[in-house]
Amino acid sequence: MTTETQNPKTSGLEAYITAAEALEKSESHSPGWLRQIRSAGLAHFAQRGFPTIRHEEWRYTNVAPLAEMPVRFPTSGAEVEIPEGCSMAGLGAMELVFVDGFFAPSLSTLRSLPKGLTVEPLASALRNNAALLEKHLTRYAPIGENPFSALNNALFSDGCLVHASKGVTCEVPIHLLFLSGAQRDGLCTQPRVLVVAEENSRICVMETFAGVGEASVFNNALTEISVAEHARVEHIKLQLENFRTYHIALIEARLGRGAWLGQHSIALGSQLSRHNIHFSLDAERIDCLLNGLYLSKGTQLHDHHTLVDHRKPHCSSHEFYHGILTEKGRGVFNGKIFVRPDAQKTDAKQTNRALLLSKDASVDTKPQLEIFADDVKCTHGATIGEINKEALYYLRARGIGAPEARAMLTHAFATEIISRIKPDTIRDHVNALVHARISQPEFSHA
Amino acid sequence: MMLEIKDLRASINGRQILKGINLTINDGEVHAIMGPNGSGKSTLSQVIAGHPAYEVEGGEVLFNGKNLLELAPEERAREGVFLAFQYPVEIPGVNNLYFLRAAFNEIRKHRGLPEMDAVEFLKMSKEKAKLLELDESFLKRSVNEGFSGGEKKRNEIFQMAVLEPRMAVLDETDSGLDIDALKVVAAGVNTLRRPDNATLVITHYQRLLDYIIPDFVHVLADGRIIKSGDKGLALELESRGYDWVLEEDKSLSRA
Repeated sequence: MTTETQNPKTSGLEAYITAAEALEKSESHSPGWLRQIRSAGLAHFAQRGFPTIRHEEWRYTNVAPLAEMPVRFPTSGAEVEIPEGCSMAGLGAMELVFVDGFFAPSLSTLRSLPKGLTVEPLASALRNNAALLEKHLTRYAPIGENPFSALNNALFSDGCLVHASKGVTCEVPIHLLFLSGAQRDGLCTQPRVLVVAEENSRICVMETFAGVGEASVFNNALTEISVAEHARVEHIKLQLENFRTYHIALIEARLGRGAWLGQHSIALGSQLSRHNIHFSLDAERIDCLLNGLYLSKGTQLHDHHTLVDHRKPHCSSHEFYHGILTEKGRGVFNGKIFVRPDAQKTDAKQTNRALLLSKDASVDTKPQLEIFADDVKCTHGATIGEINKEALYYLRARGIGAPEARAMLTHAFATEIISRIKPDTIRDHVNALVHARISQPEFSHA
Repeated sequence: MMLEIKDLRASINGRQILKGINLTINDGEVHAIMGPNGSGKSTLSQVIAGHPAYEVEGGEVLFNGKNLLELAPEERAREGVFLAFQYPVEIPGVNNLYFLRAAFNEIRKHRGLPEMDAVEFLKMSKEKAKLLELDESFLKRSVNEGFSGGEKKRNEIFQMAVLEPRMAVLDETDSGLDIDALKVVAAGVNTLRRPDNATLVITHYQRLLDYIIPDFVHVLADGRIIKSGDKGLALELESRGYDWVLEEDKSLSRA
């Protein structure tokens, strides 16, 4: 059963503020640092409210319908089963399932983990691991200009802490599955994830967002990732929510000397998704990958705003984003690369390509390179195009029907991104989901 | 007869290229079409295969009695038409073997035969790859991606070997091949010859015809076949060039 707080007003800014104030009150025994995070978040959000298209960062993505949506805030998760195609437990992953934002132990699959690796629901970590959280939480994702991080700070109640101590290697992927069990519109969740990989550790964390019903919900997710010296982290975000969901997400990462972070963002679901993915390369010899794929159909909008902040010399970043759009699908890509004066010998590469399968689909794309060092290698390329006609003809001339040939070429475009995902089990899982989507008529019939 | 082309006229971007082609090819025959650059050789091959950029303005192409011009490119392929492309297209991300099995099974389905499973298909493909002296690693690569010119041409004939068409059109398959590769490709084509299939070799040079011996040779110029003969005509063209045929044609049309 879902119990819900009663809000005197259920839509607009006030609904959020009322909920945050109620939470603050109920947490009066919480440590000071947490209360400070709450109150700063609330103050920021109350002052700024939702962004509008007048804000440069939100020019192409109108969240007005979201701002007006009546919302309610769950205090526990609904009883649901894991929908098909979401679980990674059968593929060897450790899987923590969250329903409506709350940890659901009965749906989760725990495995024995190497000593020194902690995977703990955030609500319990706030009790058991407070010192660690105090040290890291909000450290990597300062509120800055982002009202949604402020909102998450003010309202998060559960999520996950993943902490790998020095030198810990874990081959088992850690899968965090966030399910919406809502039957009615307006449920609002604030999943919060903190990944801390200490020196020389090596882990893989995957987050999947999905749901069981057709209700319109609002997920405002925030993930902080700290990758210390020579640590290696693969982070996969798979977004499969229903087509009425609003998904707003921030992934904020800070990397240490010699670290590696591969971030893969696969956006298939939701009505509107906005992903802010920020990497701060704050030491030398860092290497990182930003790898993304989105599929937009119907009136779906997927928006990726990425930022790679090269702050120190001898770092490289490789960024690849592909979008496949059909019907009235929309895409937004904004790729910022900052190269600070200190960051000599930076090697930054950004490619973003979109495949438009219908005349009504559209993409707004903007590479934004700001380079303040002189001895650097920075390249970027953006292309928007249709299916290659000569390739299509070639396949047909061998006997392959037009829809199958189109699906084959579209899938090939997606494969370029998917093939970079590690480990293979996750890559194959993502590939199967993408392939199934692309084989739908709206993607293969011109 | 297998292929019957009657008064075929075709254009691209409003420019007429084929100006009345007549050609008949019977089962088991090898025909060669030669001609100077720009005479319409590649256009003819693309119109037979069904390239959507070419507009057929008149005439007929009958293939085993069926009107080929009414069929989509994939339907022509399923009927047994195969074009070895002059410029095979690179398709990154599409696996060579996966693509070929899809094509193979479409053709099987059209012929009322059961699909071949992946294991059996791989075995058969490896056999055929040997015929073209293609390394097995080719099968796993993306279609034509990063292939050298010679590798692309061999891949075309390899596909032909797997798909076993009734009618193969080889469009300038010899261009870009060194003599060793040329021999391999020609040997492949010859191995595939059967009494119930036919081959149309389109080439600028006589060289390939030393290895694939044609039954008939036609000269295409300015969108028409202006002279036909046996393999001796190819040799004559090699030694004397095309000008004399063109002159002969001019004087004929003046008469």
